[in-house]
Amino acid sequence: MATICAHKRVAHLSASVRPVIEFRDVGKAYPDGTVALRSLSLTAREGQITVLVGPSGCGKTTTLRMVNRMVDPTSGQVLLDGADVGGRDPAALRRGIGYVIQNAGLFPHRTVLDNVATVPVLLGRSRREARTTAAELLERVGLDPRVGSRYPAQLSGGQQQRVGVARALAGDAPVLLMDEPFSAVDPVVRADLQDELLRLQSDLGRTILFVTHDIDEAIRLGDMVAVLRVGGTLAQFAHPAELLSSPADDFVAEFVGRDRGYRRLQFLGAGELTLTDLPTGPDDGEGGWVLVLDDDRRPVTWRHDGQDVAVGSLYRADGGSLRGALDAALSSPSGRGVAVDGDGRLLGGIDAEAVIALLHRSSDPAGAAR
Amino acid sequence: MRLFGEDILPLAAEHVVLAVVPVLIGLVISLVLGWWAWRVPAVRRVLVPLTGVLYTIPSLALFVVMPLILGTRILDPLNVAAALVLYAVALLVRTVVDGLDEVPDDVMTAAVAMGYRPGGLLVGVQLPLAVPVLIGGLRVATVSSFSLVAVGAIIGQGALGALFTQGFERFYTAQIVFGLVSIVVLALIFDALWVLVGRLLAPWTRAARGPGRSAAEDDATVGARV
Repeated sequence: MATICAHKRVAHLSASVRPVIEFRDVGKAYPDGTVALRSLSLTAREGQITVLVGPSGCGKTTTLRMVNRMVDPTSGQVLLDGADVGGRDPAALRRGIGYVIQNAGLFPHRTVLDNVATVPVLLGRSRREARTTAAELLERVGLDPRVGSRYPAQLSGGQQQRVGVARALAGDAPVLLMDEPFSAVDPVVRADLQDELLRLQSDLGRTILFVTHDIDEAIRLGDMVAVLRVGGTLAQFAHPAELLSSPADDFVAEFVGRDRGYRRLQFLGAGELTLTDLPTGPDDGEGGWVLVLDDDRRPVTWRHDGQDVAVGSLYRADGGSLRGALDAALSSPSGRGVAVDGDGRLLGGIDAEAVIALLHRSSDPAGAAR
Repeated sequence: MRLFGEDILPLAAEHVVLAVVPVLIGLVISLVLGWWAWRVPAVRRVLVPLTGVLYTIPSLALFVVMPLILGTRILDPLNVAAALVLYAVALLVRTVVDGLDEVPDDVMTAAVAMGYRPGGLLVGVQLPLAVPVLIGGLRVATVSSFSLVAVGAIIGQGALGALFTQGFERFYTAQIVFGLVSIVVLALIFDALWVLVGRLLAPWTRAARGPGRSAAEDDATVGARV
């Protein structure tokens, strides 16, 4: 039986976790008759990332903006910590909710540090105190504190987005709304930002409502994923592994994509994978593949007939998934994946056949992930 | 300093006051009107074209009509000043609307989402971001004002413009040229002052395109790269 992927977030998925944001039969119709949202009921629970995903026109951004009253529903209720937000003063409500948008929306006329300090200053804290908090947050989101004195235009898109996240965290809001925050950056930077968010979230445990049109992002980040249809109806609300293994209908199946079988592997831990011995050494590898290690037993290169070939993707055995293990095997020039420990030292080899065999043994992956 | 039988320095000082003060008053009025027009589309549709038409009224006609509107005496300096305020408003209302339009949508969204109220938004976000556009409009309005003051000489309130009227009466070219050059120089000085004010108020505009540390060559991101 494959063990559960090391995402610790899977652990607290039970319905007993306190609801923080509740949508109760929420609808939004505009005076011209356009219906942005028909009737949506949804609960985002404490400390979880709840993702709203769907094609454009499904009302996901409208839904998000109802939480901080940038949009008011025409029917139904939105509850924050059990209280209807409809009765709250919008500005005061918003100061208590972090918000990150696409392109970050940083203030071009303020330094990075003052951008991050915005909400604390609005909350009445002294500028000095706010800047101290801001400087800490910059480090927390993986930025050099020296960027604090720069203006946003002097940063790359990925850096700006990190500043955007830091700014949303600065008010110590327990709830974060993120509206396609990583959509405008290139895929490599996006993956970095996603990793960073998961790392931050494991430290901070905020309640996050996250909007995206990218199902891969939804599956990667979400503790729970809500798939919305055009016109604003909920197609399925489930854990990502369940979304992949048992989509509710054709729309969801189509939306999660064709290679969902492969992507489901990322929710399966590879803890019981049997590692093989790999031929190692500094020799020239005549007659076969040899993995060259440095003094600390970290893989440096594959060598074959005196030629060096890059190692391909390494599989980190601490918390790696079956997807990572399979990818390590498939991307290795020698046909054998390289497994390393947390410090990058060699543990052993991975054969694709062993991964497939392990997959066969885990008969009910969705069940295993729960 | 006496030149051409006139005490030049007081005349120059008068010219500066007559040209600059109405622009500043016009700016305050335009900020109010421009913000209103920016918020309410119906107001914008009326106000922006209207102020445009205002600027096409010949200045001399306006100087002459002013006493009728304000109830002042024909030779009251207030006539010229009030007309110049009107011209400044004519130029600056559109500038203010354009400047507020200039604020990017995502910046506005982010500001509202962070809990800015309308007043704080205007002072803390919109106006600072409109500074480059505002400075552009103020430069045009100020230079225009310096030349319009001279026209006031025809109704006896032209400050340095008096050098023209007297020069023409005496067919004294040197006096006319001196008047012309001194007005142009004063206008350029104040034009440069606005540029300086713009730099002080909006240092970020130079940072944006300034040379040196660009994000690409100096990636300050640390960590997170596994």
